[in-house]
Amino acid sequence: MNLLEDTIAAIATPYGVGAISVIRISGPASIAITDTVFAASSQKKLAEAPSHTIHYGNIIDRNGDVLDDVLVSVFKAPHSFTGEESVEISTHGNPLICQNLLSLLTEKGARLAEPGEFTRRAYINGRLDLAQAEAVAAVISARTDASLKGARNQLDGLLSREVAALRDKLVNSASLVELELDFAEEDLEFVDKTGLTALISEIVNSLDNLLKTYRFGKVLREGINVAIVGKPNVGKSSLLNYLVKEYRAIVSEIPGTTRDIIREEVTIDGYLYIFHDTAGIRDSADVIELEGVRRSRSAIADADLILFLSDVTQGIDKSLFDELIALGDSGKIVSVINKVDIHPQHKVTGDVYISAKTGVGIADLFRILREKAVGSSVYTEKNALVSSLRHFNALSEAKNHLLNSLDSVSAHLSGEFQAVDLRRAVNSLSEVIGEVTSDDILNNIFQKFCIGK
Amino acid sequence: MNFDIIVVGGGHAGIEAACAASKMGLSVGFFSMDKYALGRLSCNPAIGGSAKGHLVKEIDALGGVMGEIADRSGIQFRLLNRSKGPAVWASRSQNDRIIYSQIALEVVERHPNITIIEKGVTGIVTEGDRVSGIVASDGSFSSANAVVLCSGTFLNGLMHTGHTQTSGGRFGEKPAIGVTESLTSLGFIAGRLKTGTPPRLNKNTIDWSQLLEQPGDENPQPFSFRTDKSNFPILPQLSCYITYTDPDVHKILEKGFADSPLFTGLIKGVGPRYCPSIEDKIVRFADKTKHQLFLEPEGLDSDLIYLNGFSSSLPADIQFEAVRKLPGLQNVEMVRPGYAVEYDYFPPHQVDSTLETKRIGGLYFAGQVNGTSGYEEAAAQGLVAGINAALKILGRGEFALKRSDAYIGVLIDDLVTKSTDEPYRMFTSRAEHRLLLRQDNAYTRLAHFGFDFGLISQEENNIFDKHKTLFYRGVSFAGSFRLPPATINPLLLEKGSSPVSSSEPLSKLCKRPDVNLVELLAFVDPNDFPEITGIIQTPDLITQIETHLKYEGYIKRQQEAIDKLGKYEDLKIPLDFDYLGLKALSTEGREKLNSVKPRSVGQASRISGVTPSDISILLVYLKR
Ligand SMILES: Cc1cc2nc3c(=O)[nH]c(=O)nc-3n(C[C@H](O)[C@H](O)[C@H](O)COP(=O)(O)OP(=O)(O)OC[C@H]3O[C@@H](n4cnc5c(N)ncnc54)[C@H](O)[C@@H]3O)c2cc1C
Ligand SMILES: Nc1nc2c(ncn2[C@@H]2O[C@H](COP(=O)(O)OP(=O)(O)OP(=O)(O)O)[C@@H](O)[C@H]2O)c(=O)[nH]1
Ligand SMILES: [Mg+2]
Repeated sequence: MNLLEDTIAAIATPYGVGAISVIRISGPASIAITDTVFAASSQKKLAEAPSHTIHYGNIIDRNGDVLDDVLVSVFKAPHSFTGEESVEISTHGNPLICQNLLSLLTEKGARLAEPGEFTRRAYINGRLDLAQAEAVAAVISARTDASLKGARNQLDGLLSREVAALRDKLVNSASLVELELDFAEEDLEFVDKTGLTALISEIVNSLDNLLKTYRFGKVLREGINVAIVGKPNVGKSSLLNYLVKEYRAIVSEIPGTTRDIIREEVTIDGYLYIFHDTAGIRDSADVIELEGVRRSRSAIADADLILFLSDVTQGIDKSLFDELIALGDSGKIVSVINKVDIHPQHKVTGDVYISAKTGVGIADLFRILREKAVGSSVYTEKNALVSSLRHFNALSEAKNHLLNSLDSVSAHLSGEFQAVDLRRAVNSLSEVIGEVTSDDILNNIFQKFCIGK
Repeated sequence: MNFDIIVVGGGHAGIEAACAASKMGLSVGFFSMDKYALGRLSCNPAIGGSAKGHLVKEIDALGGVMGEIADRSGIQFRLLNRSKGPAVWASRSQNDRIIYSQIALEVVERHPNITIIEKGVTGIVTEGDRVSGIVASDGSFSSANAVVLCSGTFLNGLMHTGHTQTSGGRFGEKPAIGVTESLTSLGFIAGRLKTGTPPRLNKNTIDWSQLLEQPGDENPQPFSFRTDKSNFPILPQLSCYITYTDPDVHKILEKGFADSPLFTGLIKGVGPRYCPSIEDKIVRFADKTKHQLFLEPEGLDSDLIYLNGFSSSLPADIQFEAVRKLPGLQNVEMVRPGYAVEYDYFPPHQVDSTLETKRIGGLYFAGQVNGTSGYEEAAAQGLVAGINAALKILGRGEFALKRSDAYIGVLIDDLVTKSTDEPYRMFTSRAEHRLLLRQDNAYTRLAHFGFDFGLISQEENNIFDKHKTLFYRGVSFAGSFRLPPATINPLLLEKGSSPVSSSEPLSKLCKRPDVNLVELLAFVDPNDFPEITGIIQTPDLITQIETHLKYEGYIKRQQEAIDKLGKYEDLKIPLDFDYLGLKALSTEGREKLNSVKPRSVGQASRISGVTPSDISILLVYLKR
């Protein structure tokens, strides 16, 4: 049986008990197959129903019994997500009902969908371009509002459109170079090289701006990794507990309480933060504690942001602060002074003053976190956004090729040298909009999808 | 009559096809209406130029004859694009139109087993899905195992000047009737294209003092390796001259627009965008107040001057009035007005990479009939078609050059995958492997093919082999021989190039734009390195090595880019693949794929109208 000629089905909602579950069916026989198990209360067949209509009725199982009463939505090709005939059945949210319905459907000729298969079909049927297909994966796995917004924006083709426009511009510049090579004999008024150089530099700038959105795009998609670090007993675990609003990490007045890294996700103002409570850093004879300290250091290296916690009564440990700065980007570090409920007069200088006990200053901490993570840029749906590493790499490659081509100009090399890099840049941009196909890209994308989504 | 191969049409394509087949030991029936018109230069009396010069070198490297004919009839030789890099250097010659045809005939007659038959061919005869021969205008049948159709601009040719229409493929020559119809009745699709030619002027009526002279190169170089350089150029050399149109000239021409067959719709065929008629130029580039024109001599003993850049199909009296307004031409006699010619062609997706038609086994199309324009493009195809027709008869496989092998590979791949609805000509920018496909290395790239087919002799091949060996030896020497700062810095400083701080190999030093290998080799004492004496004595070889070194890094980058795209070049698609049954393909993609029947996914991806998602679908199906 051919990949696109058979009909596939899968549960489209997360596994487990919810209010409703949705089963999606796609392929030429999807409506016919549903008709064999569905008795509409209107007594009409779905085959006669117009596209985008919803029908109430019962699912009848192989013994003629009613399995569940359901709502069925009908989508006629090509006006569906996959571009094929599709049906969505909303059942009551009981895993057993879903499983039974699914096996009923497969008995009648549907096949269980492979991971990512719905999206693959949408792509193959020209309903999505490559950037959009990747965005679907992001929408599906989006865990916060902001991240959903970003993913939708890519899905709507904003990035594709912007890159396509840059590509067109670049193709224009490249043709100017080509023109001069192929029509040497003709008396054409060639664009002067400075104009061309300016044009390429302009494209480099636009690429730079796009590349800058990646940090933000990544934040949207993956969340922000925040390491809470400091000397023992400064209140790191207390802060984590305060943030997650439960007694997650053990707190005690004994220094060296925390050993393993404790990881917790929190959504604040629509952004996802992944906090890592770590072992307090000090020299110790205890082998286990030493291992904890080693792990703290590696968490610091992986973090997007570092909350360097100090006890207001102890002051800032200068040597640890220096170590942090040496370890990573000082822009990532937020110096947090804790326990200000004990000493409200702030004798110690930090970026923010809090109490993990009373919650004083936590709102300020959130503001700083947000500023550091996503900058002051207020994200609007109107800007194209780079959120996948593949796009980021392709765009950086394009930029490097363009810089190389500018080098050839300043080295006074003739046009055919410049052309090599201009073409490479065009190819790199084409990759983003999916004008160049490659197994790897496709496989990678399609593997990232869960079935039925 | 019986032949192994019949070649129809004695233009540039036909000549190469016939000569190649003959050298491969087969008997050739060479049908052309007039043997004294063999290889006639229908339009411009010139061979080569940007990208076309590359084609001539490649034809020569494969053992074709165009380079020899051009060298022996050349009255001016120039290397174009000298100010750019060697990849785009291109040889061009002005040729004596009469001598070109004479030599073409001499060259053809020198080949054994070619029978020239001065008859028009009116039909292609088939048996089932194989060709069996041709019918000539006198009704006679000749049989052959293969037929190569090289009919140029002659199929139902129709010439236009203003409202005047004359049947014919070229000035003073009859059209070819019957062939198109016999092929469309077999299911071939025919299309219509047009091209034009400028007026011819009497050289004795021109005031040359008002024109800018453009002489040939001081040290002219031949196209062919077979040409004796010590006795070159063979013929006396002439100059070309330059003049310009102005707004007054444009105004006169505009008066004729109402009667132009281009604008009145009389001409239905599509013309080349890159070689527009003067009326087209005025309309499309309205803000340009002048256009450059070249006055090119048609020959040593000819009184004719070819007015390059002034191709036109306007009424003759308008052409005449306008020409007389040009500087230096106030009293000129216009011997013949320009005209446009319309002709039938067969959109080339109907042929395979071997130029055999997909529909009829043993039938090959080459040249203008495949929608190309230009002598060199035609000759390249004729050579490939002739070789393949012969290989097939001899049961020796097939010959299809890759895009990375040669411009000829690019040409044919473009034709087969993209087809064409305007006359196709070669440009260097069509070749993604441009830095690799140079005139200087044409022999290193291709001569071994010519030798395999018997188009290049053992002796000649030995020379190429030796050249290749020396080339690689030179490259490795340049990579290992280092010059210390003390030796090289004075030269670098003198050239304004930054000095080096430690010793560097020649290969690195010569990558600098202002340094050349000859200067560097001057620091090498040949007595110490006897292995490179052969190199130092051969300037061509030094240039080739230097070019290789200078381009090395860029060629690598170019290759990376191609590798990234070209993974599917070797992923074959069976010829009987059922595209129509693949409903998931876009409608346009499905139709294009079905008519082209690409050989590989790489080819499929280059077909216009085939989208990336069509390619993904193909990949999905081919991997199952
Ligand atoms: C008016 C005109 C303007 C042109 N302008 C340009 C231009 O601007 N730029 C450019 O690049 N090229 C131009 N060309 C095209 C160039 O001449 C051709 O591309 C080139 O000559 C094609 O070579 P060929 O071998 O395919 O055919 P041709 O050179 O056309 O030769 C065909 C030969 O086949 C013979 N023949 C044809 N049919 C039959 C038959 N049925 N039986 C027997 N013999 C037959 C003919 O007599 C002729 O000798 C022009 C040609 C013409 C006529
Ligand atoms: N008054 C006051 N006490 C605090 C505050 N935060 C933490 N403490 C106390 O400080 C002690 C240490 O707190 P923890 O949260 O365990 O400290 P820690 O940094 O995780 O310590 P280690 O895991 O040992 O590195 C406990 O007794 C907490 O109750 C605060 O804001 N105010
Ligand atoms: Mg702790």
